[in-house]
Order: sequence, then structure tokens, then C-alpha cells
Amino acid sequence: MSNSPMAAADTAPQSTYRDDKRHWWWLPLLVAISPVLGVYLAATTSQNLWLWITPILWYAVLPVADWLVGRDTRNPSDAAVPSLESDRYYKFLVYASIPLFYVTWIVGVWAVATQDYSWVGYLGVSLSVALTNGLALVVGHEIGHKTGRFEKRLAQVVLAVPAYGHFSAEHNRGHHKDVATPNDPASSRFGESLYAFVLREIPGALSRAWHDEKARLARGGKSPWSPSNELLQSFSITALLYGTALLLLGPVIIPFLLISTFWGWQFLSTSNYIEHYGLLRQQLPDGRFERCRPEHSWNADHVISNLMLYHLQRHSDHHARPTRCYQALRSDKAPELPSGYPLCFTLSYFPPLWRAVMDKRVLAVYSGDITRVNIQPSKREQILARYGAAQKSAAGA
Amino acid sequence: MARYRCPGCGYVYDEEKGDEHEGFKPGTPWRLVPEDWACADCAVRDKADFVEVDGLASE
Repeated sequence: MSNSPMAAADTAPQSTYRDDKRHWWWLPLLVAISPVLGVYLAATTSQNLWLWITPILWYAVLPVADWLVGRDTRNPSDAAVPSLESDRYYKFLVYASIPLFYVTWIVGVWAVATQDYSWVGYLGVSLSVALTNGLALVVGHEIGHKTGRFEKRLAQVVLAVPAYGHFSAEHNRGHHKDVATPNDPASSRFGESLYAFVLREIPGALSRAWHDEKARLARGGKSPWSPSNELLQSFSITALLYGTALLLLGPVIIPFLLISTFWGWQFLSTSNYIEHYGLLRQQLPDGRFERCRPEHSWNADHVISNLMLYHLQRHSDHHARPTRCYQALRSDKAPELPSGYPLCFTLSYFPPLWRAVMDKRVLAVYSGDITRVNIQPSKREQILARYGAAQKSAAGA
Repeated sequence: MARYRCPGCGYVYDEEKGDEHEGFKPGTPWRLVPEDWACADCAVRDKADFVEVDGLASE
């Protein structure tokens, strides 16, 4: 694989930065096909625990690996960023993952319909594919942010697997614009449980995506039901994929479709939940919100989970510079989550546990001033009282 | 025909070219771009943040 010496030579000033993780960015591809590996190993060893390979990896192996290996400490310098970004090796790895999500989904659906599994095995395959669907969303996120039309098209193709074709439209034009404000269905609020958030975010994201896409098409004089609707384009691929599977394999795959899709969506929602919990862009005198800065996102800069998620956990730099490629993202001066995403997911599944760990961290970001926090409106009075702020000071917020 | 640049990511709105994907036909003047429109590439900055690159057609 070329290390783009030409690209590096074109770029001044020269940098001595070498990406230590360069050859480790293959790991997400292994995760993307891990359910296939599970199906294969279960068949050859008659040990059906293999069908649970991906959930075990995500919920048990990764938190331990994060704890053992620890945080990232190295950042590319400004001088190193241009040559890193122009190195096509990184782009190739992301592209290469896209067919793998299709292969995994197809092998998964075939396995649950044809193999002789107990319900435990069936559930294991469905949850394994759900988690790779989550990873497909991470890939869709990475390439959906690129400025070229080709990459935006690829994002639609990969987002069709988890049936989340509205993600690019909603995330880029919606979430990035409104992030860490009370208007954003994809930014969680202090005191809001993961479950309340999921029920607010999933419909909120779809409706905002539709609204924004409709506005974009209307400016060009087109109906929202035109073939140019990018949401519908991606959803058509999903309909073709899911519809063909149903026709060929029958209703036995319905539980698989529901679990792998909804748990995949949960993966995205839970990421959104932990990425901005309680953080708030303050309102300026003219009513606009201050610009998005690194302190409006939580970082979770752990080496191992970062490799699985294409540096998604360097979330602060991503929001400050959304078009930057994953390999060049930096560990910004930003608030830090207690661990990588895998363990934070589990914490957030238990709201009292999550709040015990996180509420004090949110307050620390604002030097203890609860009135500067993004608070769940239904709990506002109660939370202000608990942290000793008068309701008056929040008037008009 | 003027051009306006996003100070965050460098995206340039060129009145002459418009931005077909965003629904702005070539020749769409900046004043017709909605006030709540955010940068097509990064969405971190919106119309009010954009800076004029040059007052005259320069290319």
C-alpha cells in the first residue's frame, strides 16, 4: 500500500509525525465481518456461543481492553494533517468495509432462516448483526461528512443496511447545526434518561431530516416525493434488500429484521446520548447560540475503542471541524468521558448509574453553575433546586 | 457576482455558480440564500458568519 510519498512531498512544511495506529485501522473490518466468523465457527465447532461473538466483543472485551491499554496521547501536528488527509490508504479501508456490511447482513439473515439454532443462538446472530449495523452507521457518518458527491452516495449505500437512510441529511444539516442546544433532538440533556432520549431522538431525527430535505428540494423547485430525495433513495435500497430476503426466506426472519435494525439504531442513539450529555452552547445577546467549540462534545479518547470506531470518540475535534478525515482527528482540549464508548453504553443503560458518574462531570465543565447546563425541561425546577440555583436565574432560558 | 467563504471549513458560495445540490441555481444572489441556511460542507457556520471573498467576478 502506498504511503503517498508524492502527497507528502507536495506538502510543506514537512512533518515527522508517524501514525502509530496506521496498521491497526484494519480492525474495524474484522469487526464488520465478525458475525460471519461467528456463524462459521459455530458450524465447525458445534459451539453456539460463537454466535454471540460481536456482543461479547463490544460489551465485554472492549471495555477491558480500553482499561488495559488506556488513553491516546499522540496527536498529529497541524503540519502533519494535510499529508495524513491526502493518504488514500485510510480512505480505502473505509470503502472496503462497505461490502462487508452487506455480506454480514446477508449471511446473518441466511443463518437465522436456515440453521438449526435455539432462540439463544438466533438472538446472538441478530444482536451481532445489530452491532455491525451500528458500525455501518459509524462508516456512513465518516463518509457522509466528506464533501465529494461520490462519498455522499456511498454513505447512502452503507446506511441502507441499518435502514437509516435519513442519517446523512439529518446529521450534517441538523445535528451539526443545532448541536448542544435545547433544539437538537440528537443532543441529550442533563437529567434525561437514555430511554427518554431515544424516544425523543429517533422520531425527531426522522422528522428533521424530512423537513430539511423537503426545504432543499423546494429551493430547486422539486417535490419531496421526487427521485432526487436522498432519504428515499437510500430507503429504496433497504426495501430491496429486506424485501428480497423476506421473499426468499419467509417470515422466520422477521424477529431478526426487528432486532438487528432497532438495536442498530440504539447503537447510534446511545452514541448520541453520551456524546453531548448536558453540554450547552450559551445564547448570545442577539439570540443566536455561540459557535460550536470542542467543549460542546465529550471525548472518550481510548486507543482500542477509537480504532473500532474510526476516532469517533475524538468527538470534540469532529464537531469543531466536521469535514476532517478520521485519521487526522485530534484529542482536543475537551471534557472527557470516564471510559471508551463500549463501557459508557452499558453505564447509560442504567440511568441512576450514568447520572452518578456523569452529572458531577457536567457540573465541573461549568464550574458548578447549573444554570449554564442543558437541562431536561420536565426536571428543570427539581434540578435547579437540588444544585442550589434559584429558578429566577434560569428565567428565559 | 460575489463569492462568500465559510470561515470554518473554507466552503465558497459563488453567486455565478450557485450550488445546484443545495437548490441554488447558477446566478442565485447571496441575498436570496435563506438567513437560516448553514454551510453546505460543515454546518458549523451559517449565512451570517460567511465573509465576502471579493466584490467582483474574479475568475
